Formats: sequence, structure tokens, C-alpha cells
Amino acid sequence: MVVTTTKPNSDERLRSTFASRYATTSLPRFKIPSGSMPKEAAYQTVNDELMLDGNPRLNLASFVTTWMEPECDKLIMASINKNYVDMDEYPVTTELQNRCVNMIAHLFHAPVGDDETAIGVGTVGSSEAIMLAGLAFKRKWQAKRKEQGKPYDKPNIVTGANVQVCWEKFARYFEVELKEVKLSEGYYVMDPAKAVEMVDENTICVAAILGSTLAGEFEDVRLLNKLLTKKNEETGWDTPIHVDAASGGFIEPFLYPELEWDFRLPLVKSINVSGHKYGLVYAGVGWVVWRSTEDLSDELVFHINYLGSDQPTFTLNFSKGSYQIIAQYYQFIRLGFEGYRNIMENCMENARLLKEGINKTGRFNILSKDIGVPLVAFSLKDSRRYTVFQISESLRRFGWIVPAYTMTPDAEHIALLRVVIREDFSHSLAERLVSDIQKVIKELDELPPHATVEAANVALDDLHRSKADGLLLKKSVNETQKEICRYGRRISDKKTSGVC
Amino acid sequence: MLDGNPRLNLASFVTTWMEPECDKLIMASVNKNYVDMDEYPVTTELQNRCVNMIAHLFNAPVGDDETAVGVGTVGSSEAIMLAGLAFKRKWQAKRKAQGKPFDKPNIVTGANVQVCWEKFARYFEVELKEVKLREGYYVMDPVKAVEMVDENTICVATILGSTMTGEFEDVKLLNELLSKKNEETGWDTPIHVDAASGGFIAPFIYRDLEWDFRLPLVKSINVSGHKYGLVYAGVGWVVWRNKEDLPDELIFHINYLGSDQPTFTLNFSKGSSQIIAQYYQFIRLGFEGYKRIMENCTSNAKLLKEGIVKTGKFNILSKDVGVPLVTFSLKDSTNYTVFQISDYLRRFGWIVPAYTMPPDAEHIAVLRVVVREDLNHSLVERLVSDIESVIKELEELPAGASVKATKVKRSITETQKEIRNSRRKISDKKFNGVC
Repeated sequence: MVVTTTKPNSDERLRSTFASRYATTSLPRFKIPSGSMPKEAAYQTVNDELMLDGNPRLNLASFVTTWMEPECDKLIMASINKNYVDMDEYPVTTELQNRCVNMIAHLFHAPVGDDETAIGVGTVGSSEAIMLAGLAFKRKWQAKRKEQGKPYDKPNIVTGANVQVCWEKFARYFEVELKEVKLSEGYYVMDPAKAVEMVDENTICVAAILGSTLAGEFEDVRLLNKLLTKKNEETGWDTPIHVDAASGGFIEPFLYPELEWDFRLPLVKSINVSGHKYGLVYAGVGWVVWRSTEDLSDELVFHINYLGSDQPTFTLNFSKGSYQIIAQYYQFIRLGFEGYRNIMENCMENARLLKEGINKTGRFNILSKDIGVPLVAFSLKDSRRYTVFQISESLRRFGWIVPAYTMTPDAEHIALLRVVIREDFSHSLAERLVSDIQKVIKELDELPPHATVEAANVALDDLHRSKADGLLLKKSVNETQKEICRYGRRISDKKTSGVC
Repeated sequence: MLDGNPRLNLASFVTTWMEPECDKLIMASVNKNYVDMDEYPVTTELQNRCVNMIAHLFNAPVGDDETAVGVGTVGSSEAIMLAGLAFKRKWQAKRKAQGKPFDKPNIVTGANVQVCWEKFARYFEVELKEVKLREGYYVMDPVKAVEMVDENTICVATILGSTMTGEFEDVKLLNELLSKKNEETGWDTPIHVDAASGGFIAPFIYRDLEWDFRLPLVKSINVSGHKYGLVYAGVGWVVWRNKEDLPDELIFHINYLGSDQPTFTLNFSKGSSQIIAQYYQFIRLGFEGYKRIMENCTSNAKLLKEGIVKTGKFNILSKDVGVPLVTFSLKDSTNYTVFQISDYLRRFGWIVPAYTMPPDAEHIAVLRVVVREDLNHSLVERLVSDIESVIKELEELPAGASVKATKVKRSITETQKEIRNSRRKISDKKFNGVC
């Protein structure tokens, strides 16, 4: 092996890292350092800086898996040096991907025979999956329009304003117009009726979400299918549906199998799901499945020789790690249907416990529904003295990362906290969190009023003084909330940390 | 267990070995979702440092304390798509401003490009204009490339480290010729350098070679962290010359601890391990460490080449200056082909791929061995010895057994074409164009 070291200096090697010069020089930031450093020192210094990252297990902002069994960790380390795309060299890994695709397709009731191969692919995440699905719709629609001799330069996609940022990316990068159905207070998902109204001849598809990022709700895909079918009959446009089941795709089938949202609905042509959310795998794997070969335009597929037979591939990324795919397969066979169901039931139970604890404080409104992704989204009943943003910041002191967001238009005046319940968020952690939330509220309650709502008052003082003699006008709760939200939003953008 | 052994996979440029210390860091961060920048600010900071280091390595015109414009990606495919998208938008904006049509963008590149350029072209609706190769000249000819440039060309893409033979294309000459044409036409066509392999080789052992931002027309460069960046699969980098080369409309602005964190990637959630591993490698090895490793690879490649030449049966197609690999073809393919050699070598555990060259040199079939950091001297000697054994075996087979397809006497070229055609029926032009 090649071992690179600086000039041999036995002193250097014997001294511990913290006794060496590496403990007193700052790590390089802009240029590659000219000399090497001992591997122990490199490891220690990088490791130590990373201590200041948040603890992934306490990151309650994210849906993405943060714990896997040690056995799986072993499999992961063993395959860390396999490049997934070398299908010829790692045929078993490729086979595992194909098995996963088939399993997921069957889980979603794709019209595939028992021995047939489903149409789908593993991706790096739902972003890539959505881009591939969108690309397939775009091409299909373009081909159809060309055939009809109609213009095909202004494709659009209809979706709710609650979509995750990757839809915006898809729209911007692939030159498709995004037509968003606005939300309204109390209704935080896409309204199927409004969505269908927005569909026109240039619509390549309607995208529905199973497990909205904001409040975890499942959109009513069945109703959408019904209304869209009716419109298609009238117009002859044949507009299809894509279901973004990034979160919900590994929840619905286990907890609510009778709920129809997948390929059981005829207009649903493709579905994406994140393996790294409730698929229970570490970050870096997503899946997209198409109903049938007709829904994936052949010109998008690149054909590669695989051990003498045709291996079609359709992905944006080429080289990437194999371990997440292997881990996904491990989870499927390790847990089985029963295992996934048990885990989801536990998550829902812990979510319910958390929700009750939060309700008991008497300070919050719960925005998340009981049926949906296991998470609890809650807003303050009264934000005059302190805001959810402050609660979020205060909770960090205990180690919890609980994000605060504002809703998307037209409900931007609502600010909320959201806790995602993952597999590794147990009953005792839930109790601890509730207790810490209570502590934080108590602390914030005890702060003098003006210390907490500075920004709002400063802005409005002048306005009010001009209207009344030295008297501070009473403001409605709504107005104050709006003010604080504007302040909060000034430092955040609409899709801030819209984490997958 | 029935997968190939990654360490013996000589088809791939992608790193297959890292130090145990780094493996520790990787496992420790396997549950960190890179995109949670707010939650993992140090990991994000490490990415930024890597971008800066790479930008400086490529002589980007960035001040010592300025932040460079660039991003970590999942690989060179994503990096190239981002770079291509930036060029496309910039060109569209320019044409719109001039009131000219902007619906037919094209990109000029060599037929030796890796498949991700074809993907970019197909998915993002850009026409790919390929400069064909010819026997003996297996990279993009700068003269021909510049000839092909027209007003719809969004950029000319050149490769530093061609996949097939490891050659570095002459970016300096391309810059010169293209500058001249730009002066005549006023089109201002820029250059992108696909330095997927070469980006972590040239700066360390060929420092005088001008191929990067030292050339004024080069606006963006991509490099694979997981090739000679010496990190496991899953990380690439793209750097732009400066802010003007990356249209702001492509950037999404995310709140990062109260300050603006601009992001421009196709992927969102992904693992953090590889980014951390890349930073580890930069500080662990330093310039000196990388240089020593590349020198060792080059010297082992030389050893391998000499061993292959000594058999007397092969022509060497790879050059001495380039990516450390050896590409070789059979002098005489009447009795057996490179495809059969490749098959036989598998029995020893080696994965050595056999390819045909892209048009117009498809009649040439080659074997290619990539020399990575972990292919040391003794493994090279073993490989040479196994190649010799394989040749001996194949020669001892009766003529008919090895060339079943041809019963009638044919010319060498015809036989080669026949065998090649039967192979190509099941493969497409960019098959196994592994990164």
C-alpha cells in the first residue's frame, strides 16, 4: 500500500494528537495544505470539529432515517467501496435493486403479473425520482402534442403550494411552468377541485402528495382521480396523475391498506417514495415506479449491456454508493410487511402521546391530522409574547432540534413547530420532549413582555402614536402574529429547510 | 459474495480503498443527511472548504479569503448537468437579449465523451454535436471542434482524461482557436472542462500543463471526488470561474442560521459521509500526499505497460501523459479477441473490461486497466503474469474453437467486425462507459 507521511519524525508519531502541533493550528479552509498529516491527527481533528454538528438522533426536523441495526451497519461498511453503476461487476447488487423495485411496485398495486418485472429504478432520493417522473410526463406530453400538430413549448404541472422544493427545482431546471393551488387557513393541502380547475391542455400531469411536508396530511388522491377522470372525458386531454409519496409511500400500505391512492386508481401513472424516510434506510436512496412500459418513453432510457442481456437505465446520477440499495433490501427481508407495520404503528402511537402532552399545556393548536405521517405540527394559540421561533431556539439548548416554519401562501401568517416521529423516537424520548417544552414555555412566560416582542413593537409604535395620543392601541392577535411572522420570514425564505 | 471484488475491479476509476481512520469517520456520519445544513453546520462548512480548495487547485480567479463558486454533487454526472444547465441559461438569456431564437441550443464535444453528456443532452433538450474520432487519434480534435461551433453552441466541452485511453485533451490549443473564432464571430462561446478523472492528477504531477481557469475561456470545471479525489463512490465537484458564470435564477436560496445559503443541486437529501471523507483526504494527504500517490500510480501503470508490451502481442493505445491506465489492443485478432481475454481473466478474479472505440474508430477493440491508488507493484506483476497465462491458453485452443463465427477464411478486419457486431447487438455505443 502507499503510505504517505511527512518527513519521518519519530517524535511526531509518538506524541498524541493533542500534544502535537495539530492541536494548535487551525484546519485549512481555502487551500489544500502543502504537507500531509498523520492519519490519527487527521481523524481526530475532523472528528472533533464534527462534534459541533447537531445530533442526528435528536434532529426532529427530518424525516430521514437516523438509526439502523448494527447488522445493517456491517453490510453497509462491507459494500462502501462498491460503485452501484458497475452493474456488470456487481450483478448481485444490481439484482437486489431490481428486487426492491418489484417489491415496491407490488406494494403499490402496480398492474404487474407475479413473474413480470416492474418498471422502476432506484435513485439517490425523491428529488431525482421526481425529476425522472416529470421528465417522462414531459416527453409523453410533447410527443402527443407533436402528433396532434399542436404547440408543445409551454408545458405546465399542477400541484399544491405545499409541495416540497424539489418540484420547484424540477420546474425551473426542466423549463416547465409550476401552477400552484394556494392553501388556505385550516386547509393545508392541495384542494382536488381547485387543482382540476387549473388543468389545461398544456398540463403534463397533476402532482398529489401523500404526506405533505408541512402537516403530514395525505391528499385525497381518490377524489382527484375521480374529478380528473371526469374532466378528461369532457376535454379529451388525458391528463395523468403523479403521486409524490416520498413520506407516505411506506406508511399508507402498512397502516391504511384500504385507502386507495396508488396504481389502483387508473390515472396514477407514476409514484415516487423515499427509501430514506419511512423506508427506514440512511440518506441516499429513493424509488420511482411507473405503471407500465407505456408510461416511460423509450428515448429516455439508456440501454447498457448487462452480462449479455439488456439492462435499461434511466437515472440522472451515474456513479454512486451501493450501500443504501443493499440496506433497503435488508430492511425489506428483515422486517417484512409485519415489521414495517409494527414500526409504523409504534410511530403513530408515540406521535399521539406527544400530541396529547402538547395539548395538555393548553398553549397550542394542533395542525396535523391523526391520519397522516406520524408527526405533530402545532402553533401557538397566543403569539403576542413569544413566538414559535423562540420556542424552537430555546429547545436547542436541551439538544432538541425542532424547526419552526411559516406555512406557504396563502396561509403565510400561520407559524408552526413540527416534530417528526421517526422509528427511533421512543416513548421515553417523547415524554422528555414534552417536559422540556413545558420548561421552555415556563421560561418564556417569565420573561418581561417587551423583551420578547421587540421587533413587532418597534415597527408599530410610530404608526400607533400617529393615530392616538401616546396610547398604544390594542392589536388583534392576528395582527401581532402577522407582524412576527413577517419578522421571522424576513430571515427565512418560503422553502426554508423544507427538509425531505 | 457473488459480486465481483471491488479491489480487483480494474474497469473502474472509482476509489475502492480508504484508510480505516476514514472508514470510522464515514460510519460515524452515515446517519447525517447532508442537506440539513441548519442542523449540521460543520458538515456544510467542510463542503465549503472543499469547494474553495478545489477552486484554488484549479487556479480560479478567487482572492485568498474569498469564497469560490461551486458545489459538491453526487458525482460528475450531476456536476455536468449543473454546469450544462448554467451554460444553457446564460446562452438563452444572451439570445433573448439579442432578440434571436433560443430554441435550438447545442453543445460541441468529442465522440469520446462519457455517457453522462449524452444524458444531459437528451434530458435537457440540447443537441449534441460530436467530433468523430479516427484511428490513432482518440480524443477530440480542437480544430474540428471549433469548426463545428455555431451561434447556437452553448459551450464546447473538453475532457481532461478521456475514458477510453486516459489522454488529456489539448485545452490550451482549444482555448486559443476558440478565442480566435470568438473574435471573428462575436459569439463568445465558452469552454467547460470535464476533468472527472484528470482534475486530481494534472495539478499534482503535470503542474505546467495549462488546462484550467488559467485559460480565459474556461468557465466551469467538474471533477469526481470519487475517482482520483480518492473517496468512495458518491461525490463530485463542480466549480465556476466566478459568480457571473452561474445565473442567479438557478440558485435556490435557503436560510442558513440566519444567513443566506445558496444551493444549486439536483439531489436534495443524500449522505454526508463522502463530503467528510473528501475533506479528510485533503488535510490528511495534502498536496504532497496526492502528488506521491499519483506518481506511484503512474509508475505502476508504466510497469504494467512494459509487462504487456513484453508479451509482444499487443499495441498500446494509452499515452504516457494522462490518467494512469493502460489501454491495449491485440496486434492479431484472428485466433482470439480481447473480449475472450477479458472473459478468461475473470477466472483469476480480475475484472478487465473490453470495449470497442466510439465512431469513427469502432473497428478497434481494446482492453483497459485502470491503475488506482490500491493497485500496487506486486498486484501489477501478478496481473501481467495472469495475462501471459491467458494468452498461452487461448493460443493452444484449436483455431475453430475460438473463432466459431467464422468458418470461412476472412480478413482480419472482417473477422474483427463480425465478432464486434455480435457483441454490439447486445450492447449500445455507450455501454459500460463507467466513470
